[in-house]
Amino acid sequence: MSKHTLSVLVENKPGVLARVAGLFSRRGFNIDSLAVGPTEHDEVSRMTIVVDVAESPLEQVTKQLNKLVEVIKIVELDSAQSVARELLLVKIRADAATRGQVLELVQVFRGKVVDIAADAVTVQLVGNADKLADFLRIIEPYGVRELVQSGVVAIGRGARSITDRSLRPVPVPAPPAAV
Amino acid sequence: MSDKLAPGATVTGAQSLIRALEAAGAEHVFGIPGGAILPAYDPLFDSVRLRHILVRHEQGAGHAAEGYAAATGRVGVCMATSGPGATNLVTPLADAHMDSVPMVAITGQVASGSIGTDAFQEADIRGITMPVTKHNFLVTDPADIPRTVAEAFHIAGTGRPGPVLVDVAKDALQARTTFSWPTELHLPGYRPVVRPHAKQVREAARLIVESRKPVLYVGGGVVRAAAAAELRKLAELTGIPVVTTLMARGAFPDSHPQHLGMPGMHGTVSAVGALQRSDLILSLGARFDDRVTGQLSSFAPHAKVVHADIDPAEIGKNRFADVPIVGDCREVIADLVVAVEAEHRAGRTGDYEGWVRDLAAVKKRYPLGYETPVGSLAPQYVIERLGRIAGPDAVYVAGVGQHQMWAAQFVSYEKPRTWLNSGGLGTMGYAVPAAMGAKVGRPDTTVWAIDGDGCFQMTNQELATCALEGIPIKVAVINNESLGMVRQWQTLFYNQRYSNTDLQSKRIPDFVKLADAYGCVGLACDSPEDVDSTIDKAMEINDVPVVVDFRVHRDAMVWPMVAAGTSNDDIKLARDMAPVWEDDDLEGGAA
Repeated sequence: MSKHTLSVLVENKPGVLARVAGLFSRRGFNIDSLAVGPTEHDEVSRMTIVVDVAESPLEQVTKQLNKLVEVIKIVELDSAQSVARELLLVKIRADAATRGQVLELVQVFRGKVVDIAADAVTVQLVGNADKLADFLRIIEPYGVRELVQSGVVAIGRGARSITDRSLRPVPVPAPPAAV
Repeated sequence: MSDKLAPGATVTGAQSLIRALEAAGAEHVFGIPGGAILPAYDPLFDSVRLRHILVRHEQGAGHAAEGYAAATGRVGVCMATSGPGATNLVTPLADAHMDSVPMVAITGQVASGSIGTDAFQEADIRGITMPVTKHNFLVTDPADIPRTVAEAFHIAGTGRPGPVLVDVAKDALQARTTFSWPTELHLPGYRPVVRPHAKQVREAARLIVESRKPVLYVGGGVVRAAAAAELRKLAELTGIPVVTTLMARGAFPDSHPQHLGMPGMHGTVSAVGALQRSDLILSLGARFDDRVTGQLSSFAPHAKVVHADIDPAEIGKNRFADVPIVGDCREVIADLVVAVEAEHRAGRTGDYEGWVRDLAAVKKRYPLGYETPVGSLAPQYVIERLGRIAGPDAVYVAGVGQHQMWAAQFVSYEKPRTWLNSGGLGTMGYAVPAAMGAKVGRPDTTVWAIDGDGCFQMTNQELATCALEGIPIKVAVINNESLGMVRQWQTLFYNQRYSNTDLQSKRIPDFVKLADAYGCVGLACDSPEDVDSTIDKAMEINDVPVVVDFRVHRDAMVWPMVAAGTSNDDIKLARDMAPVWEDDDLEGGAA
């Protein structure tokens, strides 16, 4: 088993997320993380799906995804050839005595304080999964009151775009001659 | 509806829906009205191009649309209301999804403002049918109706065919809109590959001439792609033995000397043995179903695989494909013919003489057969005689179970689309409504439902539809007063403990009286001497449906058999009786 990151371009229509999620569950594939959002084309959304499967089930995943009418394109992003990021918001216990140390650690990880209260700071951190995990491990002794994490979003390196695509329409076939 | 409507004139969403169905080429709709779909039934009443057939249960409508599609190759259409009407379509949709049957189901939905409120007769049929349809739609804007119907027919009928559901909210049916039939469709994610890759086809041709023990493993895709003529050409050009799966019976003539019969759990020894010992499997529109492969890890251990299918997801799903070919079977096979001819011209021809000779010997040594019980009627005999008398031009539609296997084994199929059954889902109750649909699609053809007494009691209410709508199907009930296939498994694997498989159908109901009550002719037969005359009598009745209660021996079993989960090598001819392989059998040696 290994982790694979799939970028899936889908038509921006209601129900697409349900179709994709349903496909994964009924075919017995595990989703590690999933993130959906708009793209530079209004009619197209982009999902970044991280799956934990071996090579040959991965091929089945992509083939089955491709069968969904609203799935336009699937690209597997190789970790060396792409940039992957996730977002962490974490509420860390920090009173007057510990706040300085916490802020210092946030600084080291190039995080950002987005909210502060008498006994807590809320920090935003962007990075790959390893960096976020490292940060959480380091601040854990101070006390994590609450945390929320986004799924991975990823994009290929270089100038090429996976959304360069043809949207050519299909002619409606003539119906059989009426009797 | 009238064609004279001026462009841009306003119509109701319901009128738009009916016009769209007409424009898509539909001629028959099987359905039942109800609250949410009611607006559509008003303009349907006036349509001269659409004939609506009022069924007695929505499941009947769905299977009828399937039977219509499978018998004609055209998209079948069914219609139901929201909630229970729509959920009753789930079984036929799932059935069509498994067997790649092109059909469009139109369902009414509660008004858009009520969706999600648990309104009366509300069910999220789009959500419910997502896993069992090729695609589905919910329409809440009347302006979207024509385009959606056009997309639904296009998706259902192209690529790997399948069922498409269009759910239309009641307020969209009632609102005013304009009708305009689209000239093109925007489906950026739907581009089925039809033309095979030339390099792959050449590679397949190379393997064909290099192999010594090849088999053409023919699946339902060949029937759906209308590729029987191309298949015959390829088979005769190469001389390669052919096996036809349950879904492909009729794709290659049973009378053809190269035909070894059906592979799989109840396949012939020669067909199962050929796949098992082959060095090259040419899979055409088949999907290596567990009922064909048996235990996958021991299936055809020495074979390379050329796997041609229009659905890329089938290729390599169960068995690794050495040469994958994505494309429509008709195009693939036609291209294979050309590529093999080129190999022949270059002086490379396959040498299968030893293989063909050995298989012929196995086929001769282990023909399909059955025991004739003393003092009662063998079900296999009834089905064999039925096939003989009704002939290769009739359409045979089976339910699911023992009778289905016997119908696949003992009727001789010569032409595609003459054998309809529920293969993938195994839906008991398929036969009567599917036969009804087939008869509507091909009114000049004799249509025989070969049904079991268990199956028949699941959907026989459609006999009322057949009698009233002038759809004179014939039904042979193979009445062994049991859930026969389950009983067979209880005999073999559960120490003859017949838990809940005794239907007592020779006592209740009286099928002859039931037929009579439904306005059909009811006949009964319980002795071998009367079989021919009873079938002849049924064949002579062409104005009303006929039901024949064939009261058969209850302990007959389907053989050969590869028990579930075991290897094809362990095929049994009868209980505790395996075929004997001689040392040089199927070695394909030249000696």
